Amino acid sequence: MRFLFEPGFFSSAPVRTALVIGALAAVISAVVGVATVVRGQSFAGHALTDVATAGGSGAFFTGISPLVGFIGAGVFGAGAMDVIGMERLRSRDIATGIVLSVATGFAALFLFLDASKSATTGATQQILFGSIFTVNSSIVPFVIGLSVLTLIVMGLIYRPLLLSSLSGELASARGIKLRRVGLLFMLTLAIAVGVSSIAIGSVLSTALLIGPAATSLRLTTNMRNAISVSIALGVVATWLGVLLAYDSYYWFPSSRGLPVSFFIVALILLAYVVSGVPAIRRFAAQSAPGRRHMQLASRSVVAKRASEAT
Amino acid sequence: MFAGFMANAWLAGTIVAIVAGVVGFFVVLRGAAFPAHAIPNGAFAGAAGANLIGLNPLVGLGVFSLAAALGIGTLGRRGRSDAVTALALVTMLALGAALLSQSTEYEPQIFSLLFGEILGVSTSQIIPVAILAVVCVTAIGLLYRRLLLTSLAPEIAAARGVRPQVVDTMFLIVLACSTTMTVPVVGAFLIFTLMIGPPAAARCFSDRPGPALGGSVVIALLTLWAAIACSYQTNWPVGFYVGVFSATWYGVGRAYLASRRGRDATTSLVRAPTASGSL
Repeated sequence: MRFLFEPGFFSSAPVRTALVIGALAAVISAVVGVATVVRGQSFAGHALTDVATAGGSGAFFTGISPLVGFIGAGVFGAGAMDVIGMERLRSRDIATGIVLSVATGFAALFLFLDASKSATTGATQQILFGSIFTVNSSIVPFVIGLSVLTLIVMGLIYRPLLLSSLSGELASARGIKLRRVGLLFMLTLAIAVGVSSIAIGSVLSTALLIGPAATSLRLTTNMRNAISVSIALGVVATWLGVLLAYDSYYWFPSSRGLPVSFFIVALILLAYVVSGVPAIRRFAAQSAPGRRHMQLASRSVVAKRASEAT
Repeated sequence: MFAGFMANAWLAGTIVAIVAGVVGFFVVLRGAAFPAHAIPNGAFAGAAGANLIGLNPLVGLGVFSLAAALGIGTLGRRGRSDAVTALALVTMLALGAALLSQSTEYEPQIFSLLFGEILGVSTSQIIPVAILAVVCVTAIGLLYRRLLLTSLAPEIAAARGVRPQVVDTMFLIVLACSTTMTVPVVGAFLIFTLMIGPPAAARCFSDRPGPALGGSVVIALLTLWAAIACSYQTNWPVGFYVGVFSATWYGVGRAYLASRRGRDATTSLVRAPTASGSL
């Protein structure tokens, strides 16, 4: 036991905060991430972390709450992407790219002004990478509140979102407003990404949003199973990563540990690579109870809806 | 502004803008904005690593961007390519964070690798940039027809025996090459901006590949020149002006497109269907 958990792991307050915040971010990232990957919006999901980060650097400069900066910029960026056009695949690429360009321009300006205003070292590093260990515990209630909000909105738009992602024609035939559902999802994505960027840093935000979702979608085609598997993968990778990072302070004589993001991303990448091995995929396909049954059920629902629509 | 020490900035800026205009045109055409963001952004980790072990940053950038291009190209074929791109990006960034955590002096270097230091380009930096620029533009020239065919008329490309996946990987390698040369000069964020805004704007002004490609280069040049001039006057970072100016160009392009569509609708009720081969 002592070999696995270096002394002080459980009694350290930053570690406890990191475990709680990390798990929370992993859960909302997994829930939102499955929809993001299915809808092919990974680029927007990543770009919003950079947009939120730009807002964070602006908040750092102007002295307003970083939470307002991160979330506000993310929501504004998502709205701007939607205005430029997120419906078609090609214009989506450009919409995301243009918003990302403007955001990084402002990030460059704010970081430059920050650096010339005060000689705070580590601001660039902190804002661009973030660290799960340095999260201020005063923001924890806000993070929890916004996570709950994200989960509620996802629960409400889940069915129309899923249907409109799988078949736009079918969804509009059923009276679903595609544009409105798309915008609502983008705003939810912005909040989820903003929360996770401020809590665990922008690198981990993208890693936890896309990695577990992409892995689980290789193993199962059932959405509910995919979300459960993503949550499990995200939380396990986060906790194991925190543990390894904590332990790594004792690995090198220089006692300079490796960052937690390195371990979490390595674990997520490992899971993705392993999930691509044909034997693993076959095993997952066989061992998922009721998978075939549920898939058939969902297919018949789609068929029924199609016949209703016509 | 045109003093001797600025000559390098203008020269390097011109080379970078031409390459960004040419390569960016195909980035926009092929919907490859995410790789165009991920490769330079992740590759900066390679520069950080090279710094740590005392190598030339160009070597680290080259190795990382090439690895990213090949990774996205090969893994993206079997999976969802945008998710694979995201994974490649975070992997490189996490590696970069790990490498940076092992050194003590990083702050100004990170800033310059991400946001560039075009006003401080030295003559010795320009030579590799110029060589790589020639390589990139030549490669695009050789791939030109195949790139257009696979992006615009995949069926015709397939009928002629052009393999889209090979073209895709070759394009990603060109992207990696242009990244290696530009990141030390203008930074990872700025090169992405130049590869998206100007070509996207140029496509609004012309439907035909030739003029759109030319327009893309011209707009990229105007954007970067104006940004260098403004940055010189105000001392604010070049990246800020490039971001704002490219987005403005795109806004102008969209407005032009909207006004032309409005005029078309009033003059002719039936708009001719877009010919295959046009954008």
